[in-house]
Amino acid sequence: MSETRLGQATNFDSWKHAYAKRAENLAVSEVRALFSVVSRPEVVSLAGGMPDVSAMDNDLIRTAFDSLMSSRPQYALQYGGGQGDLRLREQIQEIMELEGVHGSVEDLMITTGSQHALELLSDLFLDQGDVVLVESPSYVGAVGIFRHKEAHIEHVFTDADGISPVAVAEAADRLIADGKRVKLLYLVPNFANPSGVTLSESRRDELIKVCAERGILIIEDNPYGQLYFDKQPPRALRAREAEGVVYLGSFSKILSPGLRVGYVLAPPAIREKLVLANESAVLSPATFAQMLISEYLSICDWKAQIASYRNLYREKRDAAFSALEQYLPKVATTRPEGGFFLWLTLPQGLNSKEMLPLAVTELVAYTPGTAFFGDGRGKENIRVCFSHPTSERVKIGIQRLSNVINRQIDLIDTFGVQQ
Amino acid sequence: MLILAGGISHERDVSLKSGRRVADALLDAGCRVEIREPDGELIGHLLATRPDVVWSTLHGAVGEDGSLQDLLELAQIPFVGSKAHGARLAWNKPVAKILLAEHGAMTPRSITLPSSSFKELNAESVLAMAATELGYPLIVKPAKSGSAQGVTKVENAKDLAKAMVDAYAYCDQVMIEDFVDGTELAISVVDLGTGPIALPAVEIVPERGSFGYNERYTPGETNYFVPARLRESELAEAAEVAVKAHKALGLRHLSRIDLIVDKNGTPWFLEANVTPGMTETSLLPQAMTADGNSLADSYLQLVQAASRG
Repeated sequence: MSETRLGQATNFDSWKHAYAKRAENLAVSEVRALFSVVSRPEVVSLAGGMPDVSAMDNDLIRTAFDSLMSSRPQYALQYGGGQGDLRLREQIQEIMELEGVHGSVEDLMITTGSQHALELLSDLFLDQGDVVLVESPSYVGAVGIFRHKEAHIEHVFTDADGISPVAVAEAADRLIADGKRVKLLYLVPNFANPSGVTLSESRRDELIKVCAERGILIIEDNPYGQLYFDKQPPRALRAREAEGVVYLGSFSKILSPGLRVGYVLAPPAIREKLVLANESAVLSPATFAQMLISEYLSICDWKAQIASYRNLYREKRDAAFSALEQYLPKVATTRPEGGFFLWLTLPQGLNSKEMLPLAVTELVAYTPGTAFFGDGRGKENIRVCFSHPTSERVKIGIQRLSNVINRQIDLIDTFGVQQ
Repeated sequence: MLILAGGISHERDVSLKSGRRVADALLDAGCRVEIREPDGELIGHLLATRPDVVWSTLHGAVGEDGSLQDLLELAQIPFVGSKAHGARLAWNKPVAKILLAEHGAMTPRSITLPSSSFKELNAESVLAMAATELGYPLIVKPAKSGSAQGVTKVENAKDLAKAMVDAYAYCDQVMIEDFVDGTELAISVVDLGTGPIALPAVEIVPERGSFGYNERYTPGETNYFVPARLRESELAEAAEVAVKAHKALGLRHLSRIDLIVDKNGTPWFLEANVTPGMTETSLLPQAMTADGNSLADSYLQLVQAASRG
């Protein structure tokens, strides 16, 4: 009898034994791999929540760039302070006031996109198992951070008027009774990502009250507030309550996500820790990007630019509604009055994640609803982002989406599968 | 050198990674390398620039079903890998299995059906018959696909229909195959013009579950043993089947043959790949470097073989 040969084993990761436990959540996924096709021009992407930067007048950015480089290059190319550029913070005050938010420049801090603010806040507040209350569904980037911090993500009932304060109170009380520490409520109150819904006026004060009574800090993430189509959304939560609300804003949707500049307005004690955490993480947010934005805001009519975006995105949303009516009349959709997103509910039995391979074949991309839940829900939902493709491409994308859905219905009918 | 990578397929991401890894190695070998996506301008570009050699890491239909190979042959541009005829045979898994069986290799029993046949014949009764004849567990997989996408090991009747729907999302033809319990192997075959040679077998042992997409492409999720922990005689027999597959399908330069060696030491042919993954965790590069050879040298030899025609 011949000998058994012992081969050399490898798993291509010499440091597998050394990772922190939370790194276990970081793995490649087939869904992510399927998204790789969105960069192909043949594919209509209704997936990524991207602004239509082609609508930006590049000359304005070029003018701001030239102005910055001729006036203050020695500052723009240098390290900056951990809290961010003072002039930009002063200008952000003016932007926030459009939402009714008044805050001191002392309590404002610039971050690398508002995503970074959320990361820093999560690091400050969340120990393993701590509870974060979120909308149903919630922003995928927030769910990812909370999951990485090993937090307990509790989705709370949300309807066309936004997250329900009654349900927040019930969930918090139940979890507190179970011995959990309910630390944060995270929400996107205006034209939410992914649902497109807006928290109603009446619920805003009630939500603040419910959270204040239970010692829950509200994180109000507001990247879409200025992108309303007809009517401005109700005043921000932070405009009503300063101590219990941390307010996040961003230039990603009203100017450019490529610049990666966001901001956070926090009560002084939290802001103090945030600045230290920011310095620890990045030393200082990107000075050049901050000063470029500051220059843009000072020399350009940025309010007119935002107004033009409102018209642009309204037209795209209407194109999406019209295509849905034509091609997918049985699919329910939210009716957003601003922002980038529609939230679709598929006919019973369909699973949006499992349809993705068909979508690749049909040359359309979307985000399956499961991405927006930390508890496996959302199989029957799809987020459609109408902001990036042209109106014509939005229509084509929805027509292709209807082919995907019809093919999946056909397969399910053939095999009698219950999802 | 022109490397083709990306494209529109379910494995686009893998293809892009493979293309960049191949490019890295060929740059190390001193080649001038261009990486390009297939698009409407590719043919014009090929004809205008006439690269010395094309290496395609495109996965999915255009890259693996013989279409691209046909075009390159027509344009008389040398390329690494199998010609159109071989690629077509290997791409169609049921056809490759039939051919191998005719050449005396063992391959698990299977049936392959397009979705339309289920409508005509009543899906429930077709599935019931297949399951009765083949017995659980079963493997359900797209008849033409890669990277284990759409593949499910089905343990019982209640999960079979859903596995079929998942597989049909990738391909209109689905194969239901007998599950063979044993050691999972990938044997790469290289032919530099002097006849196909089997490289050391790579044994695949996922940390948990089956060798799915995540297990293939996440470092640390699968343990690989090179050579496989089998008896010399078993390894020799498996290598013989791999070379037989390479020859029977008319493959050229390189291929990866996937097999399972059962508890009795019998190798079972599963499928042949004419465009194997070349990522940092892929099986063919592991086999190529198992004997201490550099990827740069190994890939350069393949390019030279392609250049000779």
